[in-house]
Amino acid sequence: MRFKKRRNYLEDIDLFKYRSTAVWYGILLIIMLSLPLTVGTYWTSLMTLTAIYAIVALGMNLLTGYAGQISMGHAAFFAVGAYTSAYLTGIGVSFWVALPAGGILSALLGIFIGLPALRMKGLYLAIATMGFGFIMEQVINSWDYVTHGVNGRQLLRPTLGPIDFTSDKVYFYLVFFVLLVMLLLMKNILRTPTGRAMTAVRDSEVAAESMGVNLAVYKTAAFAVSALYTGIAGSLFAHHMLFIGPENFDVTVSINFLIMIIIGGMGSVHGSIFGAIFMTLLPEMIALGKDFLPSVIGQQSGLQGTVYGILLVLFVLFEPLGIYGRWLKVKFFFETFPFYKKDTFKRIRKYTKSEH
Amino acid sequence: MELQLVQQIFSGIAIGSIYALVAVGFILIYKATDVISFAQGDIMMFGAFVAYTFLTFLHLPFILAVVLTLAVMAVFGILIERVVLRPLVGESVLSMLMVTVGVGMVIRNVAGMIWGYDTYQFGGGISDVPVRLGELALSSVNLWIIGVTVVMVGALFYFFNKTKMGISMEAASQNQLAAYLMGIGVKRVFSNIWALSAVVAAVGGILLAPIHFVNYNMGFIGLRAFPAAVLGGFGSIPGAIVGGIIIGVSESLAGIYLPAGFKDIFAYIILILVLLIRPEGIFGVAERKRV
Repeated sequence: MRFKKRRNYLEDIDLFKYRSTAVWYGILLIIMLSLPLTVGTYWTSLMTLTAIYAIVALGMNLLTGYAGQISMGHAAFFAVGAYTSAYLTGIGVSFWVALPAGGILSALLGIFIGLPALRMKGLYLAIATMGFGFIMEQVINSWDYVTHGVNGRQLLRPTLGPIDFTSDKVYFYLVFFVLLVMLLLMKNILRTPTGRAMTAVRDSEVAAESMGVNLAVYKTAAFAVSALYTGIAGSLFAHHMLFIGPENFDVTVSINFLIMIIIGGMGSVHGSIFGAIFMTLLPEMIALGKDFLPSVIGQQSGLQGTVYGILLVLFVLFEPLGIYGRWLKVKFFFETFPFYKKDTFKRIRKYTKSEH
Repeated sequence: MELQLVQQIFSGIAIGSIYALVAVGFILIYKATDVISFAQGDIMMFGAFVAYTFLTFLHLPFILAVVLTLAVMAVFGILIERVVLRPLVGESVLSMLMVTVGVGMVIRNVAGMIWGYDTYQFGGGISDVPVRLGELALSSVNLWIIGVTVVMVGALFYFFNKTKMGISMEAASQNQLAAYLMGIGVKRVFSNIWALSAVVAAVGGILLAPIHFVNYNMGFIGLRAFPAAVLGGFGSIPGAIVGGIIIGVSESLAGIYLPAGFKDIFAYIILILVLLIRPEGIFGVAERKRV
């Protein structure tokens, strides 16, 4: 195990714990930037989608993983970002205004949804946000003037001066840049008192409140920031797909967002990225694996949903910290070899019903 | 006009009874095990499909088919509890919630694989001649639905007040540890509760089949039982029944008096209003925070 000698308190919240970590991330960054040059358009387009989902996952993870508020209606925020962008660019506003506008409108809606959330906990919130998602779905279907209803809307890729983002490969760099900015922003939120306060709210509302954390402010803030992320991702998604319709924003999308952070890893930035990669790669892997299955199962359209469901159940049962949790365990195993004990990561259970 | 109104309210009560049955299913689970089951709608769908299979492919008489379906669903409920839920006792709300979401997804998609994505209908030989009361024509299917629901509620009431199993379920839901110390096999009680709620959901599914199509996506209708449960006060069985009927009636009234589209989401509008104005619902008791 490596230990670092800290000389002042600020080093505790350094962005990178060791200098070598920074180097590794630098190498990763260079690889990511050069990948679109070497792989085909299809894979670049998948990478763009991964980056978009990663932004969603960051937002979801802030709300659910860090602040402990469950949302089953995040597709609604995704939709707000997408349709705001579609509508604004449709009436001639520049993409560079529409992108933040989508995020901000979504954040405002997040505040609006966050306010009732102050009175609810856990499953009430899950049900309420799910209801909100259903209502939003109906709004998309009915509000023809903005959304064009079931016909959907077409969009165009943006341009910036001489740079044209029409090609998938160029658009990837735009999305990737936004992802980097959002990542840095998230890292900074999490290291500041704001992020710490949100985590405190998750762990114990009563304890947080008695330490002077204003529950109302931080829960609403978590909703707003999470909605901002999702809205911006929605806008990027709309300009990536070039066509959006109500089916892109239904309740299964909200649930997929949740699955993404659970499988990736709750309450970690790495987990968000892993979840996004998983979410984009799994359909590809299913498409590849299909041919090896008997055609009775392989050719079914329900296959993907079944695999998602089974994986979700398995992860909750056996690896509640997700892919990132597994990564941590493997790392810990090698760092402390041969002293690794399974119980280090023992799950904490609460038998609330017996405390009455 | 007035006649139409009465008929709408009547059919609202019928659909509301089904919401109530599904809602009772997850209230049972929630009270006893603290799990909120998002799979309840899909369990309802599965029950309807099992009954459909018995009726259409095996040509069993209706009553026998229903009895067999309920038996299959009871085993199915126990299976879900044993395999998925039991290892998670004492875990966080989110884990339990997501695991039921996953179970629901698996049931929904596997049902699609087995029975296909078409819509089916079965009636069980109930005549479609409406019952006439003066000028009023009440559909006999709806009368059956309401009748069966009343019988089910009566049976549940009897079960929870008079039988040993019912009382031990009640005890386990009030205080797990005390129940355990009093010699109640809490684990077995949990299994039975899942079995019971799967049975109740299947009854709901079979009742829904004549007025709504049987389809692999039918579970989403079951989700409307959530607003019903919240409106009645989460954790209260009489509340779930009243809530279900209120949701059913107001939904069918929204179908006539409000623009198209409101009918499908009216339940959720009520849900959000209830959570804003009176989160503890009609029959609920406000929860106090514990450290």
